[in-house]
Amino acid sequence: MSKLFNIKEDRSLFPEKNEQGKIDIDLSSHKYLKLWHGPQHPGITGNMSLEITLLGDEVMDCETHVGYLHRGFEKLMERRKYIQCFPIVCRVAVPEPDFNEYCFASAMEELAGIEIPESAKWLRTLVLEMARLASYLMWIGGQAGAFGQGIIGQWTNYLRDSMLDRFEELTGGRVYHMYIIPGGVRGLLPSGFKQRMEENLKFIEQMMKDVERVMFNNAVFKKRSVDMGIIEKDWIYKFGITGPNARAAGVPLDVRKDNPYLVYPQLDFEAVTATHSDIYNRADVRRRDLLMSVDLIRQIMAKMPQKGEIRAETPNVLHWKVPAGETYSKAECTRGEYGYYMVSDGSEYPRRINVRGPSYTHAVSLLEKMIINCNLADIAGLMVSLHTYPPEIER
Amino acid sequence: MGKINDILSPFTAWKHLVNEPLTVKKPLEREGADRYRGFHKNEIDKCIGCGTCEDICQNAAIDLVPVEGIETKDGDSGLRPKIDYGRCCWCALCVDICTTNSLSMSNEFKWIDEDADNFLFIPGADDKPWNNSEKGWKKPDYNLYDPNRVDMQELHPEDRDKSFIEIVQGYSKEQALKEADRCVECGICTATCPAHMGIPEYIRAIRNDDLEEGLRILYDTNPLPEICGRICTHKCETVCSVGHTGDPLSIRWLKRYIADQNPSERFKEILGTDTIEQNGKKIAIIGSGPSGLSAAHYLALMGYSCTIFEKLPLAGGMMRYGIPEYRLPYDQIDKDINYILSLGVEIKYNVTIGKDNTLDQLHKDFDAVFTGTGLHLGRSTRIPGTEHKDVHFATDLLREISLGNEIPVAEKVVVIGGGNVAMDITRSMARLQNQKFGKVNVIATSLESEDIMPADREEIVEAREENAQIIPGWGPQSIEIKNDKITGLHVIKCLSVFDEEGRFNPKFDENIKDFFEAEMVIESIGQGMDLSYLTDEIKENLKMDNRGRIIVDNNFQSSLEWLFVGGDIIQGPDVIHGIANGHKAAIGIDNYINSKK
Repeated sequence: MSKLFNIKEDRSLFPEKNEQGKIDIDLSSHKYLKLWHGPQHPGITGNMSLEITLLGDEVMDCETHVGYLHRGFEKLMERRKYIQCFPIVCRVAVPEPDFNEYCFASAMEELAGIEIPESAKWLRTLVLEMARLASYLMWIGGQAGAFGQGIIGQWTNYLRDSMLDRFEELTGGRVYHMYIIPGGVRGLLPSGFKQRMEENLKFIEQMMKDVERVMFNNAVFKKRSVDMGIIEKDWIYKFGITGPNARAAGVPLDVRKDNPYLVYPQLDFEAVTATHSDIYNRADVRRRDLLMSVDLIRQIMAKMPQKGEIRAETPNVLHWKVPAGETYSKAECTRGEYGYYMVSDGSEYPRRINVRGPSYTHAVSLLEKMIINCNLADIAGLMVSLHTYPPEIER
Repeated sequence: MGKINDILSPFTAWKHLVNEPLTVKKPLEREGADRYRGFHKNEIDKCIGCGTCEDICQNAAIDLVPVEGIETKDGDSGLRPKIDYGRCCWCALCVDICTTNSLSMSNEFKWIDEDADNFLFIPGADDKPWNNSEKGWKKPDYNLYDPNRVDMQELHPEDRDKSFIEIVQGYSKEQALKEADRCVECGICTATCPAHMGIPEYIRAIRNDDLEEGLRILYDTNPLPEICGRICTHKCETVCSVGHTGDPLSIRWLKRYIADQNPSERFKEILGTDTIEQNGKKIAIIGSGPSGLSAAHYLALMGYSCTIFEKLPLAGGMMRYGIPEYRLPYDQIDKDINYILSLGVEIKYNVTIGKDNTLDQLHKDFDAVFTGTGLHLGRSTRIPGTEHKDVHFATDLLREISLGNEIPVAEKVVVIGGGNVAMDITRSMARLQNQKFGKVNVIATSLESEDIMPADREEIVEAREENAQIIPGWGPQSIEIKNDKITGLHVIKCLSVFDEEGRFNPKFDENIKDFFEAEMVIESIGQGMDLSYLTDEIKENLKMDNRGRIIVDNNFQSSLEWLFVGGDIIQGPDVIHGIANGHKAAIGIDNYINSKK
């Protein structure tokens, strides 16, 4: 375990493992400290809590606690008509509402046997890539901030805000877009959109060079992130790790490539990978993935049809009975595989919807494993490097 | 080298010292995008309060409430959406589904108020700064329900213009399901229908493919579904909220679909009317038209023994003797009537009250009397020439056709009138001319211009398809007669029919004249009632208005408490009012008899 972190303390202080492989921690020995990290903590993305046991600065034991953000979306959806679930799903994961909208809509369309118009496919892909870009821009500020670099977050949140301006123009909403409606999308590109988007993209590329210089070519950042929090390659399938967390370990898992959807087969891109699988590598994979999103948005805007139908004909949404059946619809979000498992009993209401968010594996079981022996000051950085959103753990 | 670079590289950030800081715009200074989903607006006069916005709102943020200055009327619930911004999530589905396109959103997103209750407001009714904002979310191009009606299969004009075969073929299951799917279940139709039929409910039964439940819903308020499913004046469709930005639902055809698909021999089983407990009371009903049949049906269900006295050889009244067979086949009338007869209702045919029996006698023999004798007398324009033998009333001719008697048919015919009866005789005459002469030469002319002609639009269109000429906007002046034969009708241009107060007061331009050649003229400008069966003694005690109509209360009870009156002589004229009257009168009769105990 010690190879995960550069800890060179006196090993004699470490408690021995008992027969069950757990560490015997005797709190009355006054050697240990129980500390609740979160749920209100800026280093925790969203509301979850880590119940950690410290020995000095080092984490001996950790138990994750979720439930602070439980809104019961999956259950709520069983009591709402399909169309009424549409405004809800985006709220499952705040920074990336569009993946929820897409997975929900595509699951419905698959069950109902609806083929969406070509324009809608391109617009959906565009919105998903915009969401990826905006989400990475927010993440990068968090990653830098967790290691004490406040300025990066200020820059990238400004950049994200410029993407939100484009979202506002296209979808009518900045944060919750409610754009990918079952059957298609809710609007064509407004006039002048491409030009304004190109200006945004250019500025993002320019600023990302600064981010690379200030954050990635930075001795402090490297000191705190290189060789830290390594995800072993053989954990990938054991834990169900997906997305950049897997790709940084050299496993090129990318739903866009592995199970192409929408117009991704028509776009030119490769899954971004790395080999060392530490915090630095994961950050770098995300940075390159971010730049790939910029490229993908350019490709989409160059190739997409200028006009056309945006929504397929569907039954009356007020009493849309989706044919009985079950399906799993998935997409590549910034954190990995995002999926909706939908079961219909043929009524106007979904029988069961299960949201598969990558944060469930990354922030609960994986984090509990990785955090052992981590330094207290590195917990936030480690957690952000797994890019977890507690809201999607608690649907 | 790399390490030195890693130390120096971050200092490149200092170049931004001379740049403007990167910071987001203050919300108070920026404007929402053109498509922004901001605060709601509502064109309150365009809105009909259908409540579809309330139905789709998953947050229950919308509530329909009464608004001062907005009256409840046909096609308008009088309610308007009130929005709770403590619940709203700004998804704009309410805007997307709005049936009238009245609801929209501005791009305004700033609203500062110290009282939280103020964030519950009625868009459009409350004065808000964004009410005149041009920007914001509008209803997009797509539809969340299908605005287009499923076309009804009809006989091609060439296949129908020589016979009286039914034109409308009815919906198949697939078509009915598709049409039923368009309903938004607002219930504006139910409020407007004189019989207050559970329209959204029976349309839902079609969607659920539960036609037996559909039939039960139909019979709750309407015992003549086959008939109404064909020739109802469908006031429900006129006000249908879906019709504001698309085609209204074809509610009438859907009703027919339910009635057609249920086998008549199973009606009693489905409706649970196999055994009805009799209460021993007897009710006399004069006339077997819609109101009489409806009253008989509901009274029979309550256990009364009903006897209908019918002047003509068959039951149905105007439905049989006024409406041509191509619109309403006789076997479909029989299907509805036979079910009512199966409940124990008795009809005495060829009995004229006032001649074969008297109202006084009925009063003695029965516990209560309902009369719905209808409007069977023709009305004349009284222009010069109407006394000629080749001038006829439409009602007389239509009755003769239904009785199977031969009627006079001329090569050139002019019909005066623009209502549905005028269209009925025009199209019947076109068929008879086709049969007799192999060609059609019939002109229907009305005072009203085409946009305000009282006839249903499809009647006008179909009449033209059958080569009849519809020439609206002319006032009849005189019938020209030469050598004791009619040669035609002189008309002058009619400029307007109603005055500013909406009263019938036609204005003509006598300088614009025309002449329609004809050998026969048919008048169809309305019908009158024949109340000759009321004896003088009864008339003395019966309250009537200055137009000779019997005054009745809400339960259609006249000033003689044993006498109930309904149908065309009270309201209408149409079938659905008759049905509604009959139903209410049945309840009134039941109350009256129970009060006597």
